[in-house]
Amino acid sequence: MNPTIARITLRGLLGRRRIWLLVPLPILLIGFAWAARAFGEPPAEWGEPVIVGLGFTAVLPVIALIVGTGVLGSEIDDGTITHILSKPLPRSEIVFTKLAVAVGVTGGFAGVPLFVVGLLADSTPLAFALVVGAFVGALAYSALFLAISVLTRRPVLLGLVYVVLWEGLLGNIMSGTAKLSIQQYVRTIVDWLAPTDILAGSVSVPVSFVMAGVFTVGMTALAVQKLRTFAVAGETG
Amino acid sequence: MGTVDLQHVSRWYGNVVAVNDVTMTLGPGVTGLLGPNGAGKTTLLHMMSGFLAPSKGTLTVDGAPSWRNPDVYRTLGLVSEREAVHGFLTGKEFVVASARLFRLANPEEAARRALAMVEMEPAQDRRIDTYSKGMRQRIRVAAALVHDPGVLLLDEPFNGMDPRQRFHMMDLLHKMGDDGRTVLFSSHILEEVEQVSGTVQVMVAGRLAASGDFRTIRRLMTNRPHVFSIRSSDDRRLAVALIGQASVAGVDVDATGLQVRASDYGTFTRALPRIALKEGVRVRQLLPADESLESVFSYLVGA
Repeated sequence: MNPTIARITLRGLLGRRRIWLLVPLPILLIGFAWAARAFGEPPAEWGEPVIVGLGFTAVLPVIALIVGTGVLGSEIDDGTITHILSKPLPRSEIVFTKLAVAVGVTGGFAGVPLFVVGLLADSTPLAFALVVGAFVGALAYSALFLAISVLTRRPVLLGLVYVVLWEGLLGNIMSGTAKLSIQQYVRTIVDWLAPTDILAGSVSVPVSFVMAGVFTVGMTALAVQKLRTFAVAGETG
Repeated sequence: MGTVDLQHVSRWYGNVVAVNDVTMTLGPGVTGLLGPNGAGKTTLLHMMSGFLAPSKGTLTVDGAPSWRNPDVYRTLGLVSEREAVHGFLTGKEFVVASARLFRLANPEEAARRALAMVEMEPAQDRRIDTYSKGMRQRIRVAAALVHDPGVLLLDEPFNGMDPRQRFHMMDLLHKMGDDGRTVLFSSHILEEVEQVSGTVQVMVAGRLAASGDFRTIRRLMTNRPHVFSIRSSDDRRLAVALIGQASVAGVDVDATGLQVRASDYGTFTRALPRIALKEGVRVRQLLPADESLESVFSYLVGA
């Protein structure tokens, strides 16, 4: 961890009103849960669509995508990355710092509204389990999006393809793809921590933990490796 | 200390050769890397900066390779061509952050010294977003100097600067060269580097075309042959007078005016007004006909 990089990354991510980009989704999530409750619906009825349908398929991955591609991808995009790369720092230190910032911000912006939703569903254990799930998801997603940012010039697009097509569409059609779906790991882990009939994951608990770990470690290692041999493309000869 | 050594360095992208078998050694003092756009200057600087691997050959800074070796930045200061900076930081924050990333013992003090060197103290508390181009360039130089590197590489540092800023920057580079640092800057505009004494490396089409003392190259530049087209109140009279000049190799007269082939750019341009005045001819238009950088550079290569 490097505090200077962390500070600059945080300011780039949240400064100058960019923080407001991250606010609507969490508010939407709490708003839906609150409205359902206000209309007297039982949590068993609205829990699944709000927590899974909105929380796990939209709020968590989209915030992770904005943040995860923002911590490093935007600096690569505008060229400011050279200021950080031209310092005698181990590349792993740069990646770990970026990952920590991404996990903290994503976990916070997705975890807090999920916690509130858990409370609105009248279950404190569920609320805490959702926070844990948000951070596990934030870790795996951030590592993935961070690696994509170093690997390609279109990290947002590729990230969207993973979230929308792989997890969203294929995950519902073919059960095999669930084994490689961070969303499924999060569901399973939350359900294991606080069993309810709202969340039924399609992956086993050990697989979820192992695979979330594999995603995180593998993608982080890949990002470090790629940053070591990061070539700056010349604009003029 | 502060030696950049290139031995038969080449870099290609697919079938395109950007840098072709360049061998040079840079030592203390100011060196200009000149060449037209697309000559491979930036590619060469990127390789020296460790941002690009040479396809072939070896490149070392003080004996250590710069590719895949972050430790090289302890002795290397970089000012890249893209002026991307974290614009939300103030100038001082930016330089202090650099000092911290270099893990200097006293980052505040190092930043103060670097800011003083580029004379940016008056604007140091303003956000970089609000800086002019010249100020941005200077704050980037301050950030590159903050760890007192033995080698400073600058890609097109005079780009977009006004003459005063350019003079100041040149002065700064010379001061650093006199301090025993190895300073390399690139430029595609020959006139920009006129105040430079020291050595020059000229690149054309990926190759190191000429290298040596700048004064020699400048003399070649001012004395290069040149074609001008001239329109005047009396073309024929002017033509007669001009052909008598030693600096004129030939004159063509046609309906549109005169085509003058000058064998010596400097002497001819100084002589023309005097002749026109003496002959009572009014010069309406004087156009250099082949004033492209490529022609100048290829002339230098041939010389």
